[in-house]
Amino acid sequence: MSTTPRRRLIPYFLLGPGLIWLVLFFIVPLYYMGRLSLFSGTLGDYTFTWEWSNYTDSLSRFDDQFLRTFIYASVATVLALLIAYPLAYAIAFRGGRWKNALLLAVVAPFFTTYLIRTIAWQTILGDNGFVVDTLKTFALLDEDGRLLATPTAVIAGLTYNFLPFMVLPIYASLERIDTSLIEAAKDLYASASQAFRRVTLPLSAPGVVAGTLLTFIPAAGDYVNAFYLGSAQQAMIGNRIQSLYLTERDYPTAAALAFMMMVVILIIVVIYIRFAGSEALMGDEAEEA
Amino acid sequence: MAAHVWKWLREHAIVIYAGIAVAYTLIPLLVIAVFSFNDPAGKFNFTWEGFTLEHWENAFSIPELNDSLLNSLQLAALSTILATAIGTLMAIALVRHQFFGRRTSNFLIVIPMATPEVVIGSALLSMFLLYFGASFLGLGSLLIAHVMFSISFVVVVVRSRLIGFDRSLEEAARDLGATPFQTFRLVTLPLLMPGIAGAALLAFALSIDDFVISNFNAGDFVTFPLFIFGASQRGIPVEVYSVATILFAVTVVGMVFTVWQQRRAERMAAVLPDDDEEALPTVTAIGTARS
Repeated sequence: MSTTPRRRLIPYFLLGPGLIWLVLFFIVPLYYMGRLSLFSGTLGDYTFTWEWSNYTDSLSRFDDQFLRTFIYASVATVLALLIAYPLAYAIAFRGGRWKNALLLAVVAPFFTTYLIRTIAWQTILGDNGFVVDTLKTFALLDEDGRLLATPTAVIAGLTYNFLPFMVLPIYASLERIDTSLIEAAKDLYASASQAFRRVTLPLSAPGVVAGTLLTFIPAAGDYVNAFYLGSAQQAMIGNRIQSLYLTERDYPTAAALAFMMMVVILIIVVIYIRFAGSEALMGDEAEEA
Repeated sequence: MAAHVWKWLREHAIVIYAGIAVAYTLIPLLVIAVFSFNDPAGKFNFTWEGFTLEHWENAFSIPELNDSLLNSLQLAALSTILATAIGTLMAIALVRHQFFGRRTSNFLIVIPMATPEVVIGSALLSMFLLYFGASFLGLGSLLIAHVMFSISFVVVVVRSRLIGFDRSLEEAARDLGATPFQTFRLVTLPLLMPGIAGAALLAFALSIDDFVISNFNAGDFVTFPLFIFGASQRGIPVEVYSVATILFAVTVVGMVFTVWQQRRAERMAAVLPDDDEEALPTVTAIGTARS
């Protein structure tokens, strides 16, 4: 019955509007960005000339920002993982009736505007704030030392803002573990740490892979944290793309930077998935197909 | 005694750690709420000066702030309706039908979620500039952008709902003589409704909170996050903190209500076999569907 031509067309009618929207407003814009990155000239008089030097020029001009971006994003991702894994573990296995409340607390930051959240960190890490005062009391910070406008502040902001993206997938994969497997390991005389290392950790790996990607990608593209918590010395590649597009209107350089940004992240993601297993990102699709 | 304390600490270490982590996620939210009662001396609301209710009484007295809120609500409402409709249809096609091009479609849905916002924003701006010119930027360009980045999330949420769907209810409807369309309208859609509502809520939240992509494509159209961005360079009015606290409270209430509704619907229809499995479906869906 499902072989009549009309029935076979149904999925395409259902998908049509969405696929057209995604192609027109996601794929096609990438083409235009690539095209814009090969323009030359000055503002008001840009022309398409296959100007490949935009890439080499912007790379040598902004190599510091590129390097810094990937260092900050990597450190923030590792920190988020260190905070998120035990938290997700506690919610999944020790949460009890508090499970829902704890999950709500984890996503609560999403209910406040992103910018306000970051500006709140400006207050918390401020020069006369509690954190700086405490660090000074214990001589962990010089008398005239500050946290704002340092890499520490930017990384702290990145870690905080993308933490829920790390917690949720790890929680979801831990939650799905059949606890009888862990009990079986213990019945077979595995110690608690052995059972964790050999059973729980491998089974939660897809969540860790998804979480690290979901944290690293937005952290690498971010410019809000560096804008509010850093200074020019902490500018990331996103800050440069934003100001080149919106303030200086040097569109070709901006487009070249954004394009390289996308390609580098794509390469990192592909390599990472190769090593970590492709289940994580496309797992759902792989199962169904 | 010391050994006793040590044992207790060892057993509860992870719970204590989790407690600290939760406190860490909530502290900035607390700071925002507390500083909405601040009475700052200068333009910048960064240090505590004294308690006042003034900025709660006048929460909606800044015209630019109100306009930006209305703009955001208008944009989010339009974007939510479009993205939810489009995304729901896609989810149904992906779960219920086998067809050529399925993997490509799945890939096209996942890839925008794995692209940094700054790239999406740059690409759209490039197209708008080259194809339409800067005068095109405004509500229209933002609507295009917001629907685009919301679709993927709607598909993910509705799809996770469809996968746990008891199809025997539909078969029963067909056996009782319902047409396919009647079955869809009277059985499938009502059972799917909590998932669609969750997806809509997520789309709304994504739209109303979006800064990066809007920053690139807004032109003169000022949304709430763009207003904050502009104001932050001159000193943010304390009223913004009050409004943010109000928005936070409204969202939490909406969220709790939706979850409650979802669980009620689940109990009534027994769509899912076990009750706690899909706690907070909307919020975990982002993680669940991709892990």
